[in-house]
Amino acid sequence: MQISPFGPRQEPRPPHTSSPTSTTRRRRLALASVGALVLSLGLAACGGDDEAKDGKTTLTVATFNEFGYEGLLDEYMKENPDIKVVQKKLGTWEEHRDNLYTKLAAGSGLSDIEAIEGDGMPAILEEKGAFIDLSDDAVDGRWLDWKVKAGTNADGELIGYGTDIGPEGICYRSDLFKKAGLPTDREEVAALFADWDTYFQTGKDFVKKMPDTAWYDSSKGTSQAMINQLAYPFEDEDNKVVATSNPEVREVFDTVTSMQSAGLATNLDQWSPDWVAAFQNDGFATMACPGWMLGIIEGNAAGVKGWDIADAFPGGGGNWGGSYLTVPAMGEHQEEAKKLAEWLTAPEQQVKAFDAKFTFPSQVEAQEDPVLLKATQPFFNDAPVGQILSNRALAVELQPYKGPKYADIITAFQAAILRVDQGQESPDEAWDSFTADVERIG
Amino acid sequence: MTSQPTTAPAGEVSSSTSPAGPAQAVEPLPRDTPPRLTLRQRLSRWDVRFSPYLYVSPFFLLFLVVGMFPLAYTAYVSVHEWGLIGGKGEYVGLDNYRAIFADRYFWRAMRNTVSIFLLSSIPQVIVALAVAGLLDTQLRAKTFWRMSVLIPFVVAPAAATLIFGNLFGDRYGLINGALGLVGIDPIAWHVDTLPSHIAIASMVNWRWTGYNALILLAAMQAVPRDLYESAALDGAGKVRQFLSVTIPMIRPTMIFVVITSTIGGLQIFTEARLFDNVGLGGSDRQWQTVTLYLWELGWRLRDLGMASAVAWLLFLFIVIFALVNLAVSARLGAGGRK
Repeated sequence: MQISPFGPRQEPRPPHTSSPTSTTRRRRLALASVGALVLSLGLAACGGDDEAKDGKTTLTVATFNEFGYEGLLDEYMKENPDIKVVQKKLGTWEEHRDNLYTKLAAGSGLSDIEAIEGDGMPAILEEKGAFIDLSDDAVDGRWLDWKVKAGTNADGELIGYGTDIGPEGICYRSDLFKKAGLPTDREEVAALFADWDTYFQTGKDFVKKMPDTAWYDSSKGTSQAMINQLAYPFEDEDNKVVATSNPEVREVFDTVTSMQSAGLATNLDQWSPDWVAAFQNDGFATMACPGWMLGIIEGNAAGVKGWDIADAFPGGGGNWGGSYLTVPAMGEHQEEAKKLAEWLTAPEQQVKAFDAKFTFPSQVEAQEDPVLLKATQPFFNDAPVGQILSNRALAVELQPYKGPKYADIITAFQAAILRVDQGQESPDEAWDSFTADVERIG
Repeated sequence: MTSQPTTAPAGEVSSSTSPAGPAQAVEPLPRDTPPRLTLRQRLSRWDVRFSPYLYVSPFFLLFLVVGMFPLAYTAYVSVHEWGLIGGKGEYVGLDNYRAIFADRYFWRAMRNTVSIFLLSSIPQVIVALAVAGLLDTQLRAKTFWRMSVLIPFVVAPAAATLIFGNLFGDRYGLINGALGLVGIDPIAWHVDTLPSHIAIASMVNWRWTGYNALILLAAMQAVPRDLYESAALDGAGKVRQFLSVTIPMIRPTMIFVVITSTIGGLQIFTEARLFDNVGLGGSDRQWQTVTLYLWELGWRLRDLGMASAVAWLLFLFIVIFALVNLAVSARLGAGGRK
C-alpha cells in the first residue's frame, strides 16, 4: 500500500464530489470486511453458556423412557434452593445412546448426569476417563452386589450409581387362558411357567385351541429372556467374542426358531407399530415382563381386561434391563452432580420412583420397604406387584456377563431370529448370516 | 491534472461497473500517457474491481469453513483408524475403503439407495411438474392450493414417519386393511425389499413433491404468456402447449430440481432410520441406505475411519449421478425445443 506518495498530491475535492459519499463507501468497505471476519469467527466461538444469573447452579439430568424422577427433582430443588435441576427426557435408550455418543465424541454437550441402560454400561466402562469415579463410603452396601459390579470398571472405579433393575415375571391374559381351558388363578398359572419346557408345552396346547392368538409377544422378548440366563452369552471374561461358538447361544437360537415354526410366536418385531397394535387385537397371551414393562403393557393394552402377572419365571429368575446414573468428566459441576445422583439413587427416593413408574429398585433396603411390598396394580387384576417383583428379584441367581460388544451382538442375534420369523431365511441360513454379522462387528 | 470538470465523480459505482470508468475520464489529456490517479480514484477503481468479490466472500468463507474443511478433514480421517471417542489411531492408507468394498452390507446399501432414489426422484419430478402445471392454470383460491401443496414440507419428517409407520404396518396397518377390503393379500412392507422401498419412497415423495412443484410453478409463471397465444393460434392443445412451450422454457429450473432431488434422493436417512425401531434398515438390511450404513459404522460400531470413507464414496457417487442427470435432463430440454 503506497499511501504516502499520494498523500501530498491529494487535490482539493471537486465541489460536486461530496465527501460523505466517499467516507460512507470506505466505511461500508470496512464494515463488509469486518462482517466477513465476524461471521467466520462467530462460527468458532459458539457455545459456553454462563451460570444462571440468580446465582443458582443449574444441573441437567438426561434420562430416557420413564425414570419416575419428575416429583423427586422438584423435591430436591425445594431442599436445595441454590440448585436448579433440569431434566432432559428422550423416548428410548437407543436415541439417548446415539445422542450420548455423539456428544462424547464431540467432547462437549453432555448433561451433568447421564442415565445409562444396563446393557450399554459395559461399553461405557471402556471409555476411560470420560466419567468420574463415584466411589463413596456413603453408598457402600447400598445396591445388590451384581448391580455394583456391573457399574464398576476394570480399575475398580464406580462409574454408575444403580437406579432400577428389571426382575422378570410372566404377564398373561387370564381371559384368553380361560377360553383355552387353562387355569387363570395366579398361583396355578405360576406352575405352568416353572421352566421353559413347561412354558413352551403349555404354549403348544394353547395355540391348538386358540389358533388366532400367539403364545408370546415376540421372539425378541423371549430370546432376550433366555440369553439373560446364560453366564457368558456372547463374550468371555477376557471380552473375547464367543457368541457363535457358544453352544448355549445356539440352543437358545434353535429353541426360539423351532417354537416359531410351532406357531407360538407372533412373528412381530418388538416395539414396532404392529407389536403395539397386537395388544389391542388379542395378538398373544403371554410375555416376559420386567417391572418397567408393566407401565408399557398398561399403556398399549388400555381398555383390554384380563391382564395379570404370575410370580414365576421359566428357568428360575431373570433380569432384563435396569439403569445407572453417571457423571461425565466434562461436566462443570461434578461435585453437585454426584451429590444429586447419590440422593436420587438412595433407597427412599427409588421407592418413590417405583410408586410413580414401577421401576423396581436395585437398592437392597428399598426392596424390603413396606410401601413397595404392599404395592398393588389394579390393571393387573390387583396383583401385588411389589411383592411379586421382589420375589422375582430374589430368584435372580445369575447375571450374564456383558462385554463392550454385547449390545451390538444381541442386536444382530435378534435380527437373525426376526429373519426366521419373517420367513426370509431358514434357521440355518439365519445362523450363518448371524455368524457373518458377528465377524463384522469384530 | 488540476480540477477536471469533465472528470467523472470519483467512484460513482452506479454510473459504470467497468473498471475502466475512471480511466476513460482522464483521456482528454493525451500528452501525459498513463495519467496518475488520485488516491480516491484509485480507491474507487479497487472498489469497483474488488468489492463485488468482497461482498460475496462471506458465502465462500462460510463454505470454506463448513463445506471444504469438513470435506478435506473427512478424507484425512478416512485413511486412519479413527474411533468415535478414542479419536485418531494409526494411518492405514486405503484399508478402510477396501474393508467397505468387501462388506456385503455396503453393496446392499448401494442397491437400496439407488432403488429408493429411482422410486422417489422420478415420480417426484413428474408429479411435481404435473401439479405445477395445474396450479399454473386459472384456479379459484390460488393461494390456498399453492400453500396446501407445501404443507407436507412443513411437517417434521420424524413425525411424518411415525404416521406412515402406522399406515404401512404389516399386519394391522391401514393400507393393508384397505387392500384386504378389495381382496388383495397384505403386503409385507417391513419384510420384502421392494415394498419397503416403495413405502420409504412414498414418505419422501409426500414430503418433497409439493416443494418441487412450487419451484417449478415459479418458473412457469415467468414464461411469457404470448408464447401460449401463438401456440394456441397454431392449433396446439393444452397438453401440447405444456410439452412444447412450458417444459422447454423452464429447462434451467427443471435441471435445478433434478439435481437437488438427486442429491436429496441419494442421502435419504430419516425415513429409513425410523422405518423400524432398531434403525439399521431392517432385519436383513432391506432398506438400509448408504447414509444409514455410514451412520451404523460411525455411531453404532463407533468407527469414524470407515464412516468417513463411506462419506467420501457417497460424495463421489453423488457427483457422478448429478453429472449424468445433468446431461440427461439437458438433452431432454433441448429435444423439446427442436
